[in-house]
Amino acid sequence: MTQASGFNVPGTYLFDGDMAMKGYALNKMCFSFNDAANRQAFAADEAGYCRRYGLNAEQCRVVHERDVLGLLAAGGNVYYLAKFAGILGLDVQDLGALQTGMSKEAFKQMLLEAGK
Amino acid sequence: MAKIVGGITTSHVPAIGRAIAQNLQQDPYWKPFFDGFAPVQKWLDEVKPDVAIVIYNDHGLNFFLDKMPTFAVGAAAQYCNADEGWGIPTLPPFAGDAELSWRLINSLVADEFDITTCQEMLVDHAFSLPMKLLWPEHETPPVRTIPVCINTVQYPLPSAARCYKLGEAIARAVASWPEELKVVVIGSGGLSHQLDGERAGFINKAFDLQFMDSLSTAPKWATQYSNEELVEQTGTQGVELLMWLTTRGALPGEVVERHRNYHIPISNTAAGLMLFECR
Repeated sequence: MTQASGFNVPGTYLFDGDMAMKGYALNKMCFSFNDAANRQAFAADEAGYCRRYGLNAEQCRVVHERDVLGLLAAGGNVYYLAKFAGILGLDVQDLGALQTGMSKEAFKQMLLEAGK
Repeated sequence: MAKIVGGITTSHVPAIGRAIAQNLQQDPYWKPFFDGFAPVQKWLDEVKPDVAIVIYNDHGLNFFLDKMPTFAVGAAAQYCNADEGWGIPTLPPFAGDAELSWRLINSLVADEFDITTCQEMLVDHAFSLPMKLLWPEHETPPVRTIPVCINTVQYPLPSAARCYKLGEAIARAVASWPEELKVVVIGSGGLSHQLDGERAGFINKAFDLQFMDSLSTAPKWATQYSNEELVEQTGTQGVELLMWLTTRGALPGEVVERHRNYHIPISNTAAGLMLFECR
């Protein structure tokens, strides 16, 4: 994944100009999900909705596969992707579990441990 | 003349809105978070500010990547909340004060902060939840509001030092208003959390506590860090502590910490709350 110059924190990505250009169509589609009617339109025809927003083949694939890290790598921004996650009924602990490879229970336990 | 009477800094996550909608304030998971607000609510009842300047970051409700202002100031008679994509019940519109907004805007630009002005501005959970947490008994908060939005979506973000200076410029602006107005500054964001990437779930209690201490004892301490360093220390969304720094920068003169709360976790986030009073 592209990184702002000099930034190197494992598993952590900054959404810079390169990513903003790369992910524009994907993020624009996710931004549209603020509107309930658009969420329904997406659910009714996912592939057609992706095409309408001009997603490239890789972006269509990671949307179809619900590949969270793939969505980030394809230029997705977490603030907009959160709206896509909402359609899927995933909360931020689900997303955390999917990205870290942990079970949701283990991920939630890790958060609790951080408070001790 | 107008006076900044204090500052309040708090965390925000969408799940708070869901917890409020479902009346979960006394649920064991949420209680340590919600109970922290009681002393701040009491202070607000006593002080009764007229105006709240609310420093927050938009999460893709009002702003998209087509136009992404670094700093944006509301200039409307009211601000509406809206569906952010999850269908959580929205809150009624918040009262603005366009005349005061323009006064703030004029001062900031004269002070070399070339902000974006917004006569229409949807405010998301980062703005609306503090209103509900601070004035839970009110359908709408008993203050006129001025939203100040700081970009944390797309890099480059304004630096910590720059945000602190924005706060100082807000303080200068308010000090120039001739009316007898009590102004509270509210900062909404942080503390440490990371939603995205393989490091999702990252929380840094030691840094958060040091940061909270610094706001009392050495308020510019965190301005030594670049945003990249802040992300390393606090997570990709922990950088929202820029809202706290802006708020602290806006508090003039002698500042006393009146209350704090810190609790891990709410959702994926370390939740902090501080109340500062200006003497």
